[in-house]
Amino acid sequence: VAARGCGGVWRRARQRGAGQPGPGPSPFPRGQRAVACNAKGGAVPAGKSGLAPWVPVVGLEIHAQISSNSKLFSGSQVQFAAPPNSLVSFFDASLPGTLPVLNRRCVEAAVMTGLALNCSINKKSLFDRKHYFYADLPAGYQITQQRVPIAVNGSLSYSLCIDNKMSQMVTKTVRIKQIQLEQDSGKSLHDDTRSQTLVDLNRAGVGLMEVVMEPDMCCGEEAAAAVRELQLILQTLGSSQAVMAEGQLRVDANVSVHHPGEPYGVRTEVKNINSIRFLAKAIDYEIQRQIEELENGGTILNETRAFDSKLGCTVPMRDKEGKQDYRFMPEPNLPPLILYDAKSLPANMNHQQVINIDWIHERLPDLPSVKRKKLVEQYGILPEHSFTLLNEDGLAEFFESVVKETQMKPKKVIGWILKDLLSYLKQHSLTVKESPVSSFLLADLLNLLEKKEISSTAAKQVLAELWKGEVKTPLEIVKEQKLELLQDQKELEQICQAVIDGHENEVIMMVLG
Amino acid sequence: AALNDGLRSQVSAALKEGRVAPTELCQRCLALIKSTKFLNAYITVAEETALKQAEESEERYKRGQPLGILDGIPIAVKDNFNTAGIETTCASNMLKGYISPYNATVVQKLLDQGAVLLGKTNLDEFAMGSGSTDGVFGPVRNPWSYSKQYKEKSVPKSHSEDEESNWVITGGSSGGSAAAVSSFTCFAALGSDTGGSTRNPAAHCGVVGLKPTYGLISRHGLIPLVNSMDVPGILTRCVDDAAVLLGSLAGHDPKDSTTIQDDFKPFELPNLTDVSKLSIGIPKEYHAPELSSEILALWSKAADLFKNAGAKVVEVSLPHTPYSIVCYHVLCTAEVASNMARFDGLEYGHRSDVKDSTESMYAATRREGFNDVVRGRILSGNYFLLKQNYEKYFVKAQKVRRLIANDFVKVFRSGVDILLTPTTLSDAAPYTEFIQEDNRTRSAQDDILTQAANMAGLPAISVPTALSERGLPVGLQFIGRSFQEKQLLTVAKWFEKQVQFPVIQLEEVKRHDSDVFQHQKSASFS
Repeated sequence: VAARGCGGVWRRARQRGAGQPGPGPSPFPRGQRAVACNAKGGAVPAGKSGLAPWVPVVGLEIHAQISSNSKLFSGSQVQFAAPPNSLVSFFDASLPGTLPVLNRRCVEAAVMTGLALNCSINKKSLFDRKHYFYADLPAGYQITQQRVPIAVNGSLSYSLCIDNKMSQMVTKTVRIKQIQLEQDSGKSLHDDTRSQTLVDLNRAGVGLMEVVMEPDMCCGEEAAAAVRELQLILQTLGSSQAVMAEGQLRVDANVSVHHPGEPYGVRTEVKNINSIRFLAKAIDYEIQRQIEELENGGTILNETRAFDSKLGCTVPMRDKEGKQDYRFMPEPNLPPLILYDAKSLPANMNHQQVINIDWIHERLPDLPSVKRKKLVEQYGILPEHSFTLLNEDGLAEFFESVVKETQMKPKKVIGWILKDLLSYLKQHSLTVKESPVSSFLLADLLNLLEKKEISSTAAKQVLAELWKGEVKTPLEIVKEQKLELLQDQKELEQICQAVIDGHENEVIMMVLG
Repeated sequence: AALNDGLRSQVSAALKEGRVAPTELCQRCLALIKSTKFLNAYITVAEETALKQAEESEERYKRGQPLGILDGIPIAVKDNFNTAGIETTCASNMLKGYISPYNATVVQKLLDQGAVLLGKTNLDEFAMGSGSTDGVFGPVRNPWSYSKQYKEKSVPKSHSEDEESNWVITGGSSGGSAAAVSSFTCFAALGSDTGGSTRNPAAHCGVVGLKPTYGLISRHGLIPLVNSMDVPGILTRCVDDAAVLLGSLAGHDPKDSTTIQDDFKPFELPNLTDVSKLSIGIPKEYHAPELSSEILALWSKAADLFKNAGAKVVEVSLPHTPYSIVCYHVLCTAEVASNMARFDGLEYGHRSDVKDSTESMYAATRREGFNDVVRGRILSGNYFLLKQNYEKYFVKAQKVRRLIANDFVKVFRSGVDILLTPTTLSDAAPYTEFIQEDNRTRSAQDDILTQAANMAGLPAISVPTALSERGLPVGLQFIGRSFQEKQLLTVAKWFEKQVQFPVIQLEEVKRHDSDVFQHQKSASFS
């Protein structure tokens, strides 16, 4: 069984350290750069000829923190970086006798996400307890949806460029196995010097959506592109802020390799990945590690490995050694979660008490793929440009308002947006919102250019002035620096005559040849 | 007029008319709690807050604005309900000294209606038991052990040995609450009922014990035993009082998602005069081999009572009853294992001094905090929940539970209104005899007649019926249709009136309290 959506197979001959991150806008570097951690050191010896190629298989488990005012089963607030243990209800601290009360907003967020990922929404889903002892899990179990999750059987289309060329984009699809609602855990802070553990329960009980992606990917880059697309979707829906650095989006990767036509290999789970860039690196490292291990006659253990971003490699996680039996059990304090659609909605039901799937469906915002399509159709820009526009928060809106304010064709505007604005922002690590040049100022400038009042070179000069953030209009800068193009024939003749007159000798030399 | 006649008709009226003041009532009860300390019914007596509540109540009566029937009524609460500011221990080392920051919904409702909370009553550790003998604060003694009725009939041994070896258990696990009501130290008490924990001690202590339909009363703040079966129980001196308490406690609670969505309309019980339209079912499977002949006789006498009054009495079958105990054992221990996981010594409760590692601290905390019974149930429960056993035990038990529930549905669908069964296999055993068997064996035996109602979520009530040959109370159980408490209690009230269960004659208590109990003397200690 070949992995779906997987283009290539890996051969051992693939060189280590060969891939260099391209200068383009793609945030995903190709190739292996994990040499430092290779136990054997140095380059991998050339592969034996005739060796069967390897097919890597990558599946993902993604935890997205639900963007909501309060937690999944309690009224405590959800807030990043609040003082420790300041957002803890009696239930969150698992005080005896407390009971979970399901947060409607979290359910709606999961339904939205499920619909956006083409899932079927289960009209009846169930909650289960997953047991394990850990200091930041106060109840001794997590409430999750193990048996019947809220959404199943979806798919996510994502695009990535081949060989790092923006012009060669391919679209792939990964199947979504399920989306389940579950509680987040608290945080343990280990103080090794005093050999104590401090527990912060602010995060305990925050709503999570676990999105399980089938093993339809075959390399780090694909996984990274899929996660990026998911991130954009979640942010568009507002169901999660999905900022990886703040832990609102956490990705675990299941990685295995096998020969074509053979069953899947033993898989490892890679955790502790906190950026999309590291996700690609971690997966590619793990694939390479497994291939080398197997080719050297070793075996792959079904284990959990952590990605060490400093060393660029994965290492076995100690605390997960020994198989855990989670002793799943139905959560007896929560009745089945029942959702309705227009057909099944009972007439006499209080609308506050029910969730209508169709109602949510009708109100879904345009998803990134639709937005991109609209941008391409409406403005005639290249598809790859539409990706770049959506990849930066607010860039598409910026582009659109510039287009609205200028006579310049959108196709030309996009160049200024991507080449000038975006690279400037990247250079200075600014977000679109932080740009010192507003869309109005840029439109003003482009209008001067479009009316041929200044040259393209002059426009760049003006833009350079504008970046400084001075309170001047492009026109004022043009006037100050006398950058206008001359429109008056006589004035031009006069200037030329003055030049000729001032350089008599040179003129004679030229005339004489 | 006797206090025994009920809250609505007597006590509340007396309070309203100013014949007795809430503080006076409270002080009498507190004094009686002191003089019956040997019963070990209370773990914590909240004297100060109780008196304060009584004073507040008195003010309301003076202003002519009492909050209702329960205003000024002294009540007791089983020590597995959270009470803000008053210790909640579950009779366990694990929670000794634990003071909850919040009130259980049922406690809050009682306080909101002006009830005076006297204290927290004794139980088996975490409500795991059927004797009220297995708590860290020691066993509860059945007030009937000290009654004139029992003393006259029990075989007199040597005089000194008598008191110490002859006292009988209360049943459990809400034995403290049952003893508290039975010994007149409070007017009503809350228990909890998972497999019979309210009805069983009610039967042994000669009081009314009501287990309402699952979901009718909020469990928020009740420290759980088995979430899917736990129901707050009501212990009172008469059926009317149970209806009063039910009315004050029942209804939707936003903090408990398993409660009914609708509000509950409190009701007053009519005096049934005609039972001829009633169909009483006698489930033949409840004729257990262990059932004492004495109780069997009382059971058939009760059936005859209905028959003679014109009711239809039919034998019915609940064929899956024999599997109930095993099934209950699996489901109960599984949930116990899960519910007890939170007691790890970190956030609250006991924490061991062992500090070698987090895991060893957990292990030591739980070993020191829980008794053998609790630890044994955790062990079996975790075994049943293991991946390789889950289908074989837990899922199978759930299926059997469904069959048991369906048995009841079928019987009620056939036209039966109420089922009549014994509550216990025999009258209360002397403590020395009871502890010969271990907790598990005892629970399995004693729950046999009561826990099927929990499996099916049905309302059931134990009504004191008669005294045994040894002079100890015997109760019979009525099981009703889901959420048909009014019908169930109406029938129970009719039955109660027919049997005229005798009032306990507590010579001991009377001697100690001749002064404070002048009001009650004629009625209660005749």
